[in-house]
Amino acid sequence: MINKKFESTAQAVADMKDGATLLVGGFGGSGLPSHLVAALTEQGAKDLTVVSNNIGAVSDGVAALISNNQVRRIICSFPVGPHAEDLIERLQSGTIELEIAPQGTLAERIRAGGAGIPAFYTPTAVNTELGEGKEMREFNGRSHLLEHAITGDYAFIKAHRADRWGNLVYRKTQRNFNPVMATAAQITIAEVSEIVEVGEIEPEVIVTPSIYVDRLIQVEAQHEGRVLVNE
Amino acid sequence: MSKDQKEVMGWKMPELASRLALDLEDGWFVNLGIGLPTLVADYIPEGREIILHSENGLLGLGPKPEAGEEDPDLVNAGKEPITLKPGGSYFSQSESFALIRGGHLDAAVLGAFQVSMHGDLASWKLPNATLGRVGGAMDLTVGSKRVFLFMQHCTNKGEAKIVEECSFPLTATRCVDRIYTNLAVIDVTEGGLVVKELAPGVKFEEVQERTAAPLQRSEALLVK
Repeated sequence: MINKKFESTAQAVADMKDGATLLVGGFGGSGLPSHLVAALTEQGAKDLTVVSNNIGAVSDGVAALISNNQVRRIICSFPVGPHAEDLIERLQSGTIELEIAPQGTLAERIRAGGAGIPAFYTPTAVNTELGEGKEMREFNGRSHLLEHAITGDYAFIKAHRADRWGNLVYRKTQRNFNPVMATAAQITIAEVSEIVEVGEIEPEVIVTPSIYVDRLIQVEAQHEGRVLVNE
Repeated sequence: MSKDQKEVMGWKMPELASRLALDLEDGWFVNLGIGLPTLVADYIPEGREIILHSENGLLGLGPKPEAGEEDPDLVNAGKEPITLKPGGSYFSQSESFALIRGGHLDAAVLGAFQVSMHGDLASWKLPNATLGRVGGAMDLTVGSKRVFLFMQHCTNKGEAKIVEECSFPLTATRCVDRIYTNLAVIDVTEGGLVVKELAPGVKFEEVQERTAAPLQRSEALLVK
């Protein structure tokens, strides 16, 4: 019988190795799998490449991994916020590399990674600093840049409700990067507020089908009295 | 702006938001950028249905929630608590940017550090800054049918933000359609910058003095 539920966040992240590439869902604090991030700071895997939209918006996101010296490389669109000091300090000392990607390009690179598309062309970032050194090609009279897919060894994602197979539904704008990151990792670990029996989620409303989800961890719902505002 | 220039006020930001909102048409899908542009949401003319997009993954952005009604799972692109209007929808980041890049938004209203007379925009990184904050700006500028800027005409130090060529890192080239500032509404055309409208009490010459690129008068202004 399929059962993807782990008893603790510590067990769910126990096999993570140094040097792994990790995708972390969320947009600031919204849809952030903060319990899994906390478990990883305890577990201690180092030299990680972390892909996540915001760095430093909240203290319990990727900023916690940076402060704990577990991160070697970051790919993100928005590396600014009240908790970005440790990132800036490590960039200046050269212990972290940062790649800034436009938010839509970041999302599409991850989507491509999950969909078996190795690279694609996009008009975004043409003639900008972020497009420098990238292959350019014209389609329909307009310049486009070649962008490469992103995949992860692990994805940490947050969802609202799961069933035992790992079908997922999300709550409001918690969804953000979570469904696309779920598709692009070897091992996707979903932090959810509720796990129900197979068949209890209406098939029409499932956003992430179970095939993308490897591990489930249930944590207490956070949507009571915890509003996280950037800056 | 040199020291002998007196301060010209023009529109206050809420007035400018109200002026800009007049140009958003019934039925449009519009993205309002982080910061000043979000003011526009409060001034949509009565009777018009304008559907606001937030790039973190929703259409149908509603007003701010009442105190105590905030939901951390319901935020805008600035990560501030919001509400969803009836008819609104949620979707993932890849969907959100597919609709941006795919040319489905009627307009994006964005802030700017600098804009050139050709419609080049610099809005994501200050020169010599350690970190830039690109977010969705580069996708919105290449994807939206129209790009409107909502900004102060000059910097806090009185330096021109409308220039011949941007010196700050670019967000996109040839992307801006219209510039709304506290002093004027300016169209970016093939033939250069055309002042379409002046804020009450502001003279064309005063706008030109505060702009580091040549301005032309629109036909409507010439008639006046």
